[in-house]
Amino acid sequence: MSILDILSADRSVSRRTFIKGVIAAGATASSASYLFRGPGVARAQGAPGAVERLLTLNVNGQDRRVDVLPQETLAMTLRYKLGLTGTKLGCDRAECGACSVLVDGVPHYACSVLTHQVRNRRITTIEGLASSDGDLHPVQQAVYDEAGFQCAFCAPGFIMTMVGALQVNPNPTRAEMAQALSGNLCRCADYDKILDSAMRAAEYSRPQA
Amino acid sequence: MSDNGLIGTDHVPKDLLAKITGRAKYAEDFRADGMVFAKLLLSPVPRGRVRSLDVRAAMDMEGVLGVLTPDDVPSISGATEPILANEPLYQGQPIAAVAAVDETTAAEAVERLRLDIQRLPFALDPVESLRPGGPNGRDGGNVMKDGEVDTLKWSSAEISRFESDTFPDDLPVTDEWSVGDLEAAFAASDLVIEEAMVYQSQTHHPLESRSAMAYWRNGRVFIHCSTQSVSQTRRAFAGYLDMDEEDVVVISEFCGGAFGSKIRGSLSDMIPALLSQKVGRPVMRRVTRDEETAFGRARPGLQGWIKIGFRSDGKVLALDSLMIQDNGPFGRSGDMVMFGNVLSLAYQPEAMRHRATSVFTNTPPRSAQRAPGGLQGSAMVEPLLDRAARELGVDRMAMMKLNAPQGRARFGPNQNELTSAFVHEAVDRAVELFGWNEKKEWNGRANGSKVTGVGVGFAPFVGGSSGFDGLILIRPDGKLYIHQGIGNLGTHSMLDTARAANDVLQHPWDDTEVVWGDTGKGLPWSSTQSGSQTTHAHTRANHAAAHALREKLQEIAAGDLGGSAGDYDVAQGRVFRRGSPGTGLTFAQAAERAIALGGRYSGEELPDDLDPMTVHAVRRMVGEGLISAVKDPYSHDGSTWSSVITCCVVEVDQETGVVEMKEIVSVTDCGTVLNPRSLEAQVHGGVIQGMSSALLERWAFDPRWGANSNKRFYTAKPITILDVPSRPLEFAALDMADPETPVGARGVGEPPVGAGAAALISAITGALGGRYLNRTPITPDKIVALLEGSRTGYGRMQTHV
Repeated sequence: MSILDILSADRSVSRRTFIKGVIAAGATASSASYLFRGPGVARAQGAPGAVERLLTLNVNGQDRRVDVLPQETLAMTLRYKLGLTGTKLGCDRAECGACSVLVDGVPHYACSVLTHQVRNRRITTIEGLASSDGDLHPVQQAVYDEAGFQCAFCAPGFIMTMVGALQVNPNPTRAEMAQALSGNLCRCADYDKILDSAMRAAEYSRPQA
Repeated sequence: MSDNGLIGTDHVPKDLLAKITGRAKYAEDFRADGMVFAKLLLSPVPRGRVRSLDVRAAMDMEGVLGVLTPDDVPSISGATEPILANEPLYQGQPIAAVAAVDETTAAEAVERLRLDIQRLPFALDPVESLRPGGPNGRDGGNVMKDGEVDTLKWSSAEISRFESDTFPDDLPVTDEWSVGDLEAAFAASDLVIEEAMVYQSQTHHPLESRSAMAYWRNGRVFIHCSTQSVSQTRRAFAGYLDMDEEDVVVISEFCGGAFGSKIRGSLSDMIPALLSQKVGRPVMRRVTRDEETAFGRARPGLQGWIKIGFRSDGKVLALDSLMIQDNGPFGRSGDMVMFGNVLSLAYQPEAMRHRATSVFTNTPPRSAQRAPGGLQGSAMVEPLLDRAARELGVDRMAMMKLNAPQGRARFGPNQNELTSAFVHEAVDRAVELFGWNEKKEWNGRANGSKVTGVGVGFAPFVGGSSGFDGLILIRPDGKLYIHQGIGNLGTHSMLDTARAANDVLQHPWDDTEVVWGDTGKGLPWSSTQSGSQTTHAHTRANHAAAHALREKLQEIAAGDLGGSAGDYDVAQGRVFRRGSPGTGLTFAQAAERAIALGGRYSGEELPDDLDPMTVHAVRRMVGEGLISAVKDPYSHDGSTWSSVITCCVVEVDQETGVVEMKEIVSVTDCGTVLNPRSLEAQVHGGVIQGMSSALLERWAFDPRWGANSNKRFYTAKPITILDVPSRPLEFAALDMADPETPVGARGVGEPPVGAGAAALISAITGALGGRYLNRTPITPDKIVALLEGSRTGYGRMQTHV
C-alpha cells in the first residue's frame, strides 16, 4: 500500500464521517466547527445536545482533562481550550490542511474531527514534535536547514503531514512525497522548497547506517 | 559590498524556529482577559439600502453584549469604503456586528437582527454597466472621472464594436495617454496583430484570513491583526479612528499571507476595535473563508483589446491598448494604469496609446494583488509576441532581447527613466539555463493525446521606493538593535534588509536583534510592504542609519581616546583606532558613553526631517543607548523596476484539456542579491502563483441574485503541490547591482507572477499550434472548446463565467 492509498483513504472519508458525527450530535455542520458555546449560556438556553462533557484527551503525550461540547471540533478544543494555537485554521472545511494533526500517528484535519471522536487516541500537534529539552524533530530540523516556508501559516499542517507520511513510507520519491502532501495548500506556492524540505526530512528520519 | 559579507549569503531567518514549532503567533492566536467574540451581519444583496435594522431581539439574548451598526462608525464621503454599510454595494459587505460571550451566541444574535433592506439594481459585469440603460454600480454613476463619480455609457453601436472581432478604434473612455505617432508606427509595421482578451477577477485568499482582536486600555487601542506593513497600518488605523497615532498600538509579528490584500491591514479590523470600545471587553472577530472571499480583497479583472505592430525582425513599433477594468464598488484600482506602464516598458514601442476606464461593479472590493495590472498585461500580451515570432519566423528569445528595456530605458506616458535594467543579460542567461535552443523544438511534439508546449514569459514590475526612516541603536548589552516598521510576510525582507546595517558596521548577525511587529516597541516610519518596495527602501534606510551610527561611534571614540573620528574603524562589536586595534571601545562601552553624553548620541536631539512616527519611537528610548535615526538621504534618480524571465515546458492533453507542468526555469534581474535561497523561493513561489492565476482561480456570480458561488478553495481552487513539476525548479539571479541605491538591491515580489502566467499561457499556446486562448483562467473546458471549435456559452467580453 502506498502513502497515497493510506492518506487519501483516510482523508476521503473523514469529511463524511465528520458530518455524520455532527448530525448525530444534533448540530449543523456550519455551526459545529466555527462556533462554540461557552459554559453557562448554553445551559441557560437549554439547547439540546449543547452540554459540555468532561473528557480526557491524550495530547502530545499528556493526559489533558477538558470540557467539550458535542459538536466541538478538535481544532477548536486545541486552540481555544488547550492553548495549542500552533494548529491553524485556514478554511475550517477540510480544504486546506492547515489544521493537520496526527491522530494515532495518522494525519487528520483537526477542523473536521470531533473532539469526542478522538478520546482514547494519541493526538500530536506541532507543539508536541520537539523534545522537551528543545531538540527539533528530524522533520522540523529538515525544514529549518532548508529555511522552508514563507508566511508559514501552512507550515504546522505541512510538517505534521510530513511526519505522518514518513512513518508510512520512509523512502519516498519526490513524486510520492508530493502525493502525500497534496491535502495541504500553500498559498505562497512555495511548493518547490516544501518538497526540498520533505525530501531532506526523509533523509534525516532514516536510521543512520 | 563589504568584508562582513552578510549581503548575498544564505541565512536561516531568526523567526523560523517559532514558525515551525507552533510558537509563532498570528492574529487569531492571541487571547485577552475577558475576551468576547464578534459575528457579522453581511449584506444578503449585491446592492441595497437598509430601511431599518432592529437590534432589540438580539440585544435581549443572554450573553449578548452589544451591536455595532453603521450609525456607530465614522461616516465617509465619495466612493470610499465604509466600515459598516447602510447602503451595501456588494453581497457580503458587513452591515453590523454583534459581540457576545461566545461565537455561537453571537451568531445566533446575528440571526435575530431584523434587517429590512431595499434591493437596488446592480452591475456584475463592467460591460453591462456601459450598455445604454445598463445598471450603475453606485448612486450617481458607474465610473470615476477627475476624482468624482460620473456616468459613462456607450451606444449600442459602440458596445457592438467593443464586442466585435476587430480592434475598436474610437470608444469613449475616462483615461487616455499616448506617445509617438501611432498611425505612422502602424503604417510602418510589417505585421499587425490584434486580439480581444479577458483576464478574470480573483480573490487573494491568503491562507490566514483577516481575523483580528482588539482591546482598549487607558484611551489607547491595541489591535492584533494581520498586516503587510506595521507602521503604515498604525497610521491608517489612526486615520480611520480619528485618533493620535501614539494611541494606536498595532501588533502583527507574523502575517499568514496577504499578496496585496492587507497592505495597511484591513478596514474591517476596525470592527473589533470599535465593538470593543462599545462593549468594554476585548473582542475577537474571526473571519471565515467565505467571509474572506466577501470582504477580503481581490484583483480587478481587465477586459479589452490589444493591437501591436511589428517590424519584420520582431521589433514592436506600435502598441494600442483599450482596457475596461472591473473596479468593484470602491475607489479606483490602479491595475489599468500599471497595465499600460508595464507594456510600455516591456516592449519599448516607438509609439503607444493606452485607453482605459474603470467601471464600478457590485462585486467584492479590490486592491492591488501581486503585480497589479502587470500580471494581466504580461500574461495576455506575451503570448501575442509568441504568435508574432512564429508568423515572422524569428526566434522568440532574440525578439525578447530586441524589444527589452535595457539600461536607463524610458516608458509610460511621461517617459520616465529606469535606474537600471539588465534584461539582455537575463535573456542570455535564460536561454542557457533552460536550453532554449534545444527545447523550443519540442513545441507541438505529440505523444498520444498529449502535446508538448514550450513557452517563455518576460515580466517587469516596480521594484522599490525610497525616503523612509532607519532606526538603529546599540544598548549597553553591546548588541545592535535594528528596528523595522515593515511587516513580516515571510519574504524574509524584514531580516534581509536589516543585514545591510550589519555590513556597514561589520557586525556579526548573532549579536543583532531585529525589533519588529509591535508598534509598542518603537518602530520607525517605513514603506508599505507592497509594490516590492521593501528591499530597496529599507536596505537604504538601514544602510543610512548604520552609517550615521558608525560616525557617532567614531566621534565617541575620538572624544574619549584622542585623535580624530576618521582615525577610527568599526568592526566586530568594537570601535578602534586604525593601526592600533587595542585602542578602542566595545559597543557596550560606547552605548554607556552615549547615554552619558546625551544630545545627538542618546536620541535627545534628532534630525529635523524624520517622520513624526520615528520621532515618537525614539522619544520612548532616549537614554537607553547609542541611537541612530535617519531619513534615507541617498539620491534615487529614476524609476526602480525588476524583472523575471520564466521558461516552461507543459503537456496539454488534447482529449481532456488538462495541462501538466513539466519544467520551470526562471531568471531574475533584481539588482544585488540579499539572500539567495530566500530569493529563489520568492521567485518560484511567485511564478507558481501566477500560473495558478492563469490556470485556475475565478469567480462565478449568479446573475439574478448577484451571489458569488466560488467562495471557497474547492470552488476557486488555487494551485496545489501536485500541479508543480516533480523535478526541482531551476533558477538564476543576475546579481548585478542597481547603481542608484547603495546596496544595489531591488525588490522582486511582483514580477514573477506575470512571468509565470505568461510562460504558462505561451506554452499552452505553443502546444495548441499557436492558437491563442484569450481568456483566463485557462480551464480544461476552454482548451477542449478551442480544439473542437465548439460554442462556449458566453460572450466574447463577458466576465465571471
